[in-house]
Amino acid sequence: MTTLALGLDRTAVELRMYSREKESVFFSFLFPILLLALFSTVFGAQFEDGGSQMSASRFFLPGMIAAGVLLTSFQTMALSVATERDDGSLKRLRATPMPPVAYFLGKVGLVAVTSLAQLVLLLAVARLVYDVPMPTGADRWAVFAGVFALGVLSGTVLGVAYSSLATSRAIGAVVIGPILVLQFISGVYIGWDSIPGWLQQVAALFPLKWIAQGMRSVFYPEGMVGLEMAGSWETGRTLLVLAAWSVVGLVLCVTTFRWTKRGSV
Amino acid sequence: MTEAIRIRGLRKTYGTHRAVDDLDLDVRAGEVFSLLGPNGAGKTTTVEILEGFRSRDAGDVSVLGTDPHRAPRAWRDRIGIVLQSTGGLDLLTPREVLRSAAKSYRRPRDVDEVLDLTGLTAKADDRTVGLSGGQRRRLDVALGIVGRPDLLFLDEPTTGFDPQARRDFWGLIRSLAHDGTTILLTTHYLDEAEHLADRVGVIAAGRLLALDTPAALGGRQGAEATVSWEEGGERRTRRTTTPTTEVSALAARFAGEVPGLTVTRPSLEDTYLSLIAPHVDAADPVAATEVPA
Repeated sequence: MTTLALGLDRTAVELRMYSREKESVFFSFLFPILLLALFSTVFGAQFEDGGSQMSASRFFLPGMIAAGVLLTSFQTMALSVATERDDGSLKRLRATPMPPVAYFLGKVGLVAVTSLAQLVLLLAVARLVYDVPMPTGADRWAVFAGVFALGVLSGTVLGVAYSSLATSRAIGAVVIGPILVLQFISGVYIGWDSIPGWLQQVAALFPLKWIAQGMRSVFYPEGMVGLEMAGSWETGRTLLVLAAWSVVGLVLCVTTFRWTKRGSV
Repeated sequence: MTEAIRIRGLRKTYGTHRAVDDLDLDVRAGEVFSLLGPNGAGKTTTVEILEGFRSRDAGDVSVLGTDPHRAPRAWRDRIGIVLQSTGGLDLLTPREVLRSAAKSYRRPRDVDEVLDLTGLTAKADDRTVGLSGGQRRRLDVALGIVGRPDLLFLDEPTTGFDPQARRDFWGLIRSLAHDGTTILLTTHYLDEAEHLADRVGVIAAGRLLALDTPAALGGRQGAEATVSWEEGGERRTRRTTTPTTEVSALAARFAGEVPGLTVTRPSLEDTYLSLIAPHVDAADPVAATEVPA
């Protein structure tokens, strides 16, 4: 079989395992959708932030999309690769003639399918249940697609690289802790303008802030731009930062990836 | 080519510890070869070098005519590896796992045939998480043989098996060997080596101490036998190089059946333990502990 066909088969295997793991379905796939529903119910139709009024659903949707990207790409990759390295799955695959690229294609396929499905579900719920207006104009949709694709790509490669930091026994805490903090300071759960300037600076070092900002730029009314750090949506810089993180992640993957646990050469 | 595996002057050092120290070994094509040795003897290191998982510091290694350190994908196609227990298959069924694994080989065995060979047909469509330890281990073996390998590495395959499961497993290994598969078996169970292996090699401290058939290892065939019987309400024993003469004399003296007669030679385990004894009690504590995997 060709490498591509093996990669597609790996994708099918990955999806099968993902969908059978209730924890991953709940905590990474459905989580942003459940949170959107929760915030919409709690804060209602008239949500005020920084003097601008909109429904809570519209206010939180960009953040939930960003959180979803982070969970289905970074968190899924970091957790699954670390676990597979620790339990010997990677070594077992390495012992077969399967080309390593097929394994990574399977992971990429898993992330692509789950993040797209999650996005469609999130948009459908926002539009149909909470009446959130969708972006208008091809240029907004293009920005949306670019931010989403680069967000997923950077999350995937950084997740694989991050998996090398801990054994699977500790990886849960090592992944979920920082992700939670990052979500709070990146404008996912708390309005971006409510975060102190120095924390905004910290958040700006990581991709999540830029994904959330890129999503706000297409879903928020133009008047909200004044609440941004730079007073503009910084679309070009957003795409550039995410692309840079993708390259950094890819280099880290290639240089640090291990098929076996630490201690074996 | 008559050797499946050829090792000359193999050396591997961890820090100052010589895990493998100038090892020479040949495994012939088509034989079942068992590598025995205490923990830390260098078994796992040697096998992992042969499997292409570890680098070596010195020596020549050829596995199916190829250096495993820079072996191409086509080489992996001819090798089957059953690692010590691995996880990560809980959410899939044996059939799903095997069907996917089979796809990367050029001439895989039929998945149903592999399930049948490993006795997993009845469990083929159950989640792996529900399999018993022995069934789980047979799935590892199934993964090792699904590519129809010319050479199969088995690393402690029956650890944790009950006696019946072990007997069933031995039958599977013998049938694979009968079909011409070369098998390199590492095990802690000497009865397993005795049942399965054409030849055994004993290594300790990274060196080969003995190499022979299980029956002849360490001069067992020519060793003194122990003749033992009941007489006058107590157990009498005599060690002798001519047990047949001894038994004939006893038979004549008792004029028929000799009560409680046994004739034994050193077991493989006795021979093995006496071979490795100087290396296990040595002051070097590293020799008695497993090298970190």
